[in-house]
Amino acid sequence: MNGGDEVAAAPAGPPQSLDWKFSQVFGERTAGEEVQEVDIISAIEFDKTGDHLATGDRGGRVVLFERTDTKDHGVPRRDLERMEYPIGRHPEFRYKTEFQSHEPEFDYLKSLEIEEKINKIRWCQTANGALFLLSTNDKTIKFWKVQEKKVKKISDMNLDPSKAVGNGSIASSSTPKLCLANGGSPDRSYNYLGNDFSFPPGGLPSLRLPVVVTSQETNLVARCRRVYAHAHDYHINSVSNNSDGETFISADDLRINLWNLEISNQSFNIVDVKPANMEDLTEVITSAEFHPTHCNTLAYSSSKGSIRVIDLRQSALCDSHAKLFEEPEAPGSRSFFTEIIASISDIKFARDGRYILSRDYMTLKLWDINMDSGPVATFQVHEYLRPKLCDLYENDSIFDKFECCLSGDGLRVATGSYSNLFRVFGCAPGSTEATTLEASKNPMRRQVQTPSRPSRSLSSITRVVRRGAENPGVDANGNAFDFTTKLLHLAWHPTENSIACAAANSLYMYYA
Amino acid sequence: MAMIDEPLYPIAVLIDELKNEDIQLRLNSIRKLSTIARALGEERTRKELIPFLSENNDDDDEVLLAMAEELGVFIPYVGGVEHANVLLPPLETLCIVEETCVRDKAVESLCRIGAQMREQDLVEFFIPLLKRLAAGEWFTARVSSCGLFHIAYPSAPEALKTELRTLYGQLCQDDMPMVRRSAATNLGKFAATVEAPHLKVDIMSMFDDLTQDDQDSVRLLAVEGCAALGKLLEPQDCVAHILPVIVNFSQDKSWRVRYMVANQLYELCEAVGPEPTRSDLVPAYVRLLRDNEAEVRIAAAGKVTKFCRILNSELAIQNILPCVKELSTDSSQHVRSALASVIMGMAPILGKDATIEQLLPIFLSLLKDEFPDVRLNIISKLDQVNQVIGIDLLSQSLLPAIVELAEDRHWRVRLAIIEYIPLLASQLGVGFFDDKLGALCMQWLKDKVYSIRDAAANNVKRLTEEFGPDWAMQHIVPQVLDMINNPHYLYRMTILHAVSLLAPVMGKDITCSKLLPVVINASKDSVPNIKFNVAKVLQSLIPIVDQSVVEKTIRPCLVELSEDPDVDVRYFATQALQSSDQQMMMSS
Repeated sequence: MNGGDEVAAAPAGPPQSLDWKFSQVFGERTAGEEVQEVDIISAIEFDKTGDHLATGDRGGRVVLFERTDTKDHGVPRRDLERMEYPIGRHPEFRYKTEFQSHEPEFDYLKSLEIEEKINKIRWCQTANGALFLLSTNDKTIKFWKVQEKKVKKISDMNLDPSKAVGNGSIASSSTPKLCLANGGSPDRSYNYLGNDFSFPPGGLPSLRLPVVVTSQETNLVARCRRVYAHAHDYHINSVSNNSDGETFISADDLRINLWNLEISNQSFNIVDVKPANMEDLTEVITSAEFHPTHCNTLAYSSSKGSIRVIDLRQSALCDSHAKLFEEPEAPGSRSFFTEIIASISDIKFARDGRYILSRDYMTLKLWDINMDSGPVATFQVHEYLRPKLCDLYENDSIFDKFECCLSGDGLRVATGSYSNLFRVFGCAPGSTEATTLEASKNPMRRQVQTPSRPSRSLSSITRVVRRGAENPGVDANGNAFDFTTKLLHLAWHPTENSIACAAANSLYMYYA
Repeated sequence: MAMIDEPLYPIAVLIDELKNEDIQLRLNSIRKLSTIARALGEERTRKELIPFLSENNDDDDEVLLAMAEELGVFIPYVGGVEHANVLLPPLETLCIVEETCVRDKAVESLCRIGAQMREQDLVEFFIPLLKRLAAGEWFTARVSSCGLFHIAYPSAPEALKTELRTLYGQLCQDDMPMVRRSAATNLGKFAATVEAPHLKVDIMSMFDDLTQDDQDSVRLLAVEGCAALGKLLEPQDCVAHILPVIVNFSQDKSWRVRYMVANQLYELCEAVGPEPTRSDLVPAYVRLLRDNEAEVRIAAAGKVTKFCRILNSELAIQNILPCVKELSTDSSQHVRSALASVIMGMAPILGKDATIEQLLPIFLSLLKDEFPDVRLNIISKLDQVNQVIGIDLLSQSLLPAIVELAEDRHWRVRLAIIEYIPLLASQLGVGFFDDKLGALCMQWLKDKVYSIRDAAANNVKRLTEEFGPDWAMQHIVPQVLDMINNPHYLYRMTILHAVSLLAPVMGKDITCSKLLPVVINASKDSVPNIKFNVAKVLQSLIPIVDQSVVEKTIRPCLVELSEDPDVDVRYFATQALQSSDQQMMMSS
């Protein structure tokens, strides 16, 4: 409809709805294959550049993917976005490596099993081509370094390798013994050896250094650099890096701790909502995130549906928040489920730090950090479920924790739902975009009709409900909505319109 | 194998293990790099070993750290200072690795080498290395470069100096906060090498940039630089440039910045001189002592003595003392605790009269604090106030405080006060001690917690050292030995332990006449644990007493124990007998 020039001339116009296409799937299930519990993906995260993607699963593994399509951009991304025709190139990833991040443990003091399930992954600053990331299960955070190492072969030893093996026990046991005999200080033990030994001034020509032949082959090696343990009494739900590049936070149900990446044996408690008497407990922390650029600002959400922004400069223990965001309860709408569904399962800062996206059970809300009277936009995710809340409560689905994400440009938001569906909404002013996609090779097949009106004003609820009624909980295949196939985890590529989402053990990637 | 002579074998192994698969062996080889270098000779070290290390730098961080350390002292092994430059390439690559401790060590080693290098070599090799790092692609290289400027700068020709200053300025504005932090940390060191005119212009503008950084962590480190810079500047420049910054910082929005100021402020007083101290720094410090954030007050309270030492006593009494009074009743126990740990040091500064009049009430109130750490901190520094006003004025309050701590229900508190008993004893004197504290020392020997009994036994020994064996014979030994009849075997064991500690201090006569009979008696105990501890104690007594006593008393007892039905008793008795045999062989 519009030429590129006209769009530029009329920037106020809302962006077009995106046409989502399937890109890739990793770990696709074959028909009839049963999903192993340990293979279910429990965390997804793109790194800052979008060149890498990490997933964590219930088996405690972290899998890394790397982008394979060309990394240099000839055409500025914004120009590409404006183009009418589908762009040939889109982010493509390939499996890079995987490693076992966490193992199941048993806390003998508390007689408690600690699952190996990865709750969150966060990428850290890349250095020297080595990748760094934080992964956490319920109790322990680990700092990983993943690095390519060239395969090396060593030859030309002083001692015949075959004989050296025979002498290996002598050789390897004699040297450490030397240290012990001389009491700890290795320097001294060398001196001892040196004094016994007189070297000719020109050195000993018969000795030679091993020759190392570097091959082109490389090996990816993941090493755990640090373990941040024993700082959480409750289950860790979030970790988040600070923009200063040296600290991060970890949040559990009642506390948020601040760590230095280089110091694993101490952390500082910065938020503590534990009441003196646990019977007075009414609210728990559900998610926490640092502001993307302001090192002193962080936000955390609660089970009562509020978001608190705190300023670390104010006080060492941030008991009082700088800002509180919550939506006043609509009069007369209170029910048994009101409090349960108000619980926020995830919050994310937009890249510029101005907006916060939150997900509660039924909705996505976008908040302006400068406006604490209410959300600037509310998106109904699966309003047709409202009559079914009772069933959802009985089968515990109502406590499912859906994640949410924002596009890099901040123009769209996305979150998951049941039956492996996820939804993308436009949040630019005037946008009516509200797309439902299915995590399958044909994402648009559920798009029976394209919603043309925004579904976020309250008046639209009835319409959406009606839309649900038109299509009463039955998917395109005629199956009833399936509460066991839920799409909890998804992530938006930081610079392009590409979404990675997890359906059980499969990772689906889409682009637009 | 055939090529390697037998004596060279260990060296050959060492060299081969530079590339062993086992990290412990690689680490071991790297630690002995100088041995390898000496075996190869200087020339081959330069031409082969160093390039070998440069090429093989993708090892584990532990190995790299050891390598960075060894290379720092490697100049003698490459043929002296004129060849020092060959050491730069391997250290340069270590300056780029991701692990901070390796980089820091590499920078430290580079500085050490650079400080010895000849001027023309610095210009030819060191400065280009510095420039490469400062322009490095990865932030790690740029972080490392900041720590090298102060070595390179003094030797650089004029044009290059300008370039280096510009380069440092760029690092202060780097995109990565890590680089800016490193620039802030090293600014003081670099500034110390820069000529005065540039100091006032270039360095101060860098300093200004850093003090206005968005990242709190950078500003924090800029505060640390304040004192270092202040000392370099002329007092009037310091007042003009640094003082406003620090006064500003003392009111920063971020409590962490104010915390740093509270820690650093006293260092700046000397740099600015007495008048600005009085007019600006004292008010700033008073504000910090009354800060809203407890952490800031803790830092400020902890520096009270150091700060007052710089001021004259009048100023201290007028301005600081009122705050100290407030802090002594602060709502945060940690603030009171920090204050208690330093406040005794104020007594010598204020002098006798002011101490009695002003400080004593504070001491007394802190001695009655509900939080044991506060009381402990006061008691631990008792000697400082004793020198000024004597102990008598305090002793009335001291005793209840000590008794209360001695009976605290937390054993760690009891443990802490036991540690101070010898200090108290020396300050309070024999008379006071006998009356009041003697009983406590005996009571601890019967504590329910092992660590306390253990410390109590040690305490008995230290008291004996303090007051001498005669005093101990009168006031300690009889009471201690009495307890050997305690019905509980754990308490009897404590006494055995105390005896083994006391014996060396008491000397052989008292040991033979008083201590030994008790131990020998205990060998008839019904509990095997007591019996094998008797064996252990007897073993420790052998070197103290005369050979005749060993023969007549100790050995027969041990022989008897070595035939005990209990295996452990037999074991320790045999051990003791063997050691007595050795003793005899040595002496004969």
